[in-house]
Amino acid sequence: MEKTKSRLNAKSVTNFLSNNAITLLILLMVIYVGFNSSNFFTWDNLKNLISNSSTRFIIACGVSGCLITKGTDLSAGRAVGLGACIAATLLQKVDYGSRFFPNLPDVPVIVGLLAAMLICGAFGAINGCVIAFLKVPPFIATLGMQTIVYGICLIYTGADPMGGFKSSYTNLGSGTTLELPNLFYFALVIGLFIWFLYNKTRHGKYMYAIGGNESAASVAGVNVPATLIRIYFLAAMLYGLAGFLTGAKTGGASVQTGYGYELEAIAACTIGGVSTNGGVGRVSGILIGVLVFEILKICLQFLGVDPSYTFIVQGLVIIVAVALDLRKYLAKK
Amino acid sequence: MSEYRLEMRDVVKTFPGVKALDHAQLKLKPGTVHALMGENGAGKSTLMKCMFGIYKMDEGQIFYEGEPVTIKDPLDALNRGIAMVHQELQPIPERSVAENIFVGRYPLKKLLGFYPIIDHKKMYEDTARLLEEVRMPFDPKAKLGSLSVSQMQLVEIAKAVSANCKVLILDEPTSSLTENEVEALFRIVEDLKAKGVSIVYISHKMDEILRISDEVTIMRDGQYIGTWEAKDLTNDMIITKMVGRELTNLYPPRENVPGEVVFEVKDFTSINPKSFRDVSFQLRRGEILGVGGLVGAQRTELMEGLFGIRAHSKGHIYYKGEELKINRPRDAIKRGLAMLTEDRRATGIMGVLSIADNVAISSLDKYVDAGIVLNNRKIEKLVADNVAKLSIKTPSSKTRIQSLSGGNQQKVLISRWLANDPDVFILDEPTRGIDVGAKYEIYCIIADLAKQGKSIIMISSEMGELIGMSDRIMVMCDGKVTGFIDGDKANQENIMELATKFS
Repeated sequence: MEKTKSRLNAKSVTNFLSNNAITLLILLMVIYVGFNSSNFFTWDNLKNLISNSSTRFIIACGVSGCLITKGTDLSAGRAVGLGACIAATLLQKVDYGSRFFPNLPDVPVIVGLLAAMLICGAFGAINGCVIAFLKVPPFIATLGMQTIVYGICLIYTGADPMGGFKSSYTNLGSGTTLELPNLFYFALVIGLFIWFLYNKTRHGKYMYAIGGNESAASVAGVNVPATLIRIYFLAAMLYGLAGFLTGAKTGGASVQTGYGYELEAIAACTIGGVSTNGGVGRVSGILIGVLVFEILKICLQFLGVDPSYTFIVQGLVIIVAVALDLRKYLAKK
Repeated sequence: MSEYRLEMRDVVKTFPGVKALDHAQLKLKPGTVHALMGENGAGKSTLMKCMFGIYKMDEGQIFYEGEPVTIKDPLDALNRGIAMVHQELQPIPERSVAENIFVGRYPLKKLLGFYPIIDHKKMYEDTARLLEEVRMPFDPKAKLGSLSVSQMQLVEIAKAVSANCKVLILDEPTSSLTENEVEALFRIVEDLKAKGVSIVYISHKMDEILRISDEVTIMRDGQYIGTWEAKDLTNDMIITKMVGRELTNLYPPRENVPGEVVFEVKDFTSINPKSFRDVSFQLRRGEILGVGGLVGAQRTELMEGLFGIRAHSKGHIYYKGEELKINRPRDAIKRGLAMLTEDRRATGIMGVLSIADNVAISSLDKYVDAGIVLNNRKIEKLVADNVAKLSIKTPSSKTRIQSLSGGNQQKVLISRWLANDPDVFILDEPTRGIDVGAKYEIYCIIADLAKQGKSIIMISSEMGELIGMSDRIMVMCDGKVTGFIDGDKANQENIMELATKFS
């Protein structure tokens, strides 16, 4: 009796360790870095982490819907870039020398935000339609869209980087309210909204059902095409928002803004337990995934690791995370 | 050298929620046909999959020619001389007959004297010789997908024969064969037996078993019941041993009274010329209409057509005199239809989701507050009511459905539809892969629905179930309805006659 009990405990400990391996590793890393450099555990560093994570979290929330339905969205990063460029062209200072639209009157910030979200959203809706009606696999459909959006962005901006934004715009990205970065509040609202959507609405239940078994969901009366289109539309709106915020944060935008963000977002979701097999994923997990990734980056920076090497580490983390995730499903036949 | 070619002892295999094999055993003599019998879910296929290395046994041993062996995977089994023809075919329809036969063990030749490449010429020649040997005149280069289901099955058998096996497992090999093809198969079996091959023969057809087998092993609920010489057995003895209780208790008493016609189908035809054609039938209020036929009779396709899962080219569906336009399942559900599909795993359950989510998915519209927020309390109540009413055995409503047994999964799916209060239930093989006890519970649920005035269409490939549960039986063959038989006049013979009425 005594013996079986201790064995069970040992087993559940190993399970816990392997299910949370990445998170635990990052925690160890934080402790190590924290006690080896004096300015790691500081308020400024924390604010930096929150700002960086906020936009990434918003993108990851968008991608999560695609992943939960066994899809993906490779156009996310380029859509972020398009969103940033749209906002940039509309929200430059009126007296800025090299304005993109020299004769444009002063545009309210909210108009820039809505324009970025809706135009990006339109491309997301197209993604959704292609996937739902033409049955193009999401990987291919969004890969094509990634290139298309990049091309449109190049044509729109003429490949010129833009700056000279109004302070009311940049303040959203770099200012603080009640000691916390303004970006934090955007991420908070989006996080709560996504949590509500996933847990308290029909749309959420349908989304998980499609991810769990698309044919079964269809037989059960779920409107699969409409649900998929909503998912990709909403995702792209969030990329537009993230692009808008990225521009505000960095004070500039170009066609290269957001490059590669889709992979980070997908990786973060996966680390956070959004299963690549579909049907599983929680907002809290997405948050953890994003934090793990951002903390990893900051730690490597503090350790003085050559930026080139950090790519290798990030790549390894992605592969290990997915391998650990799949291990749960591949268990004995 | 042992008396037996192959021996399985004390095999135990558990799946989440079910003990599929409980100390099962099997002893195969060389040069004999050994029938393995039992109801669906008795564990026959599972035992064979353990022998063939598809499943790993939790406990138990296999002795092969007297030696204890561990069979790692199907390739290992094949290398040892054990071959299997599966109940569900696993072919590669886009490749040729020859490639399907030799997949994984292609004949090789050396390119430039050292680099091994596939010897296509030899492969096609060998295939032609092999097909001739088993009296099957197909072109070795034909795409497998261009053959009929029964022809594909014969190719699978040829494949097993080609492996020069010492043990051949035939899992329901005749389920989709015509009478002539069955005779051809029996000749092959006799030939192999004469060569000293041990054959495990799984089938539900009593006459076949008694005709071709030397020994019979009977299983029930994953347990070994016994092994007998076939010549000492009769139909009734086998059934009694298989079921393990008096036959009269197999099906619940039915108190339903069929009323007026509520549902009518006219000239319903598939867009696929090989599928269902010109199907017309009527369904009464409170009636259980059984649908019989061989595998490949297009019964499932017809029902999926009615429910909007498959497309139809012409035909009309009427419900209470009103014509229904059904192009997708949602249309059917809105008009009060419900359907339990044949393949629970593929088109029924959403495995990683909870029981609650699986139950509520079709009726969420009823549980919305303020136009958008789901009322989780009401949903929990719906789930709890159904779990109690259908006695679903589960630790909690948050348990993932995939960890339940087949019978309980089926009850969850029935709950899903009950939540919509439909009037017409289409049940496609409702008791497939469900253990005996749970089967009876499903029958009771069906009988109760009919008593409440629901109309039920039930496809079944089990003769006993079809005859025992139906008020009327519609029989199909090759996409067409070949006749109707009243439940009390139905028997195995008149159903089979209609089921094999190829025109």
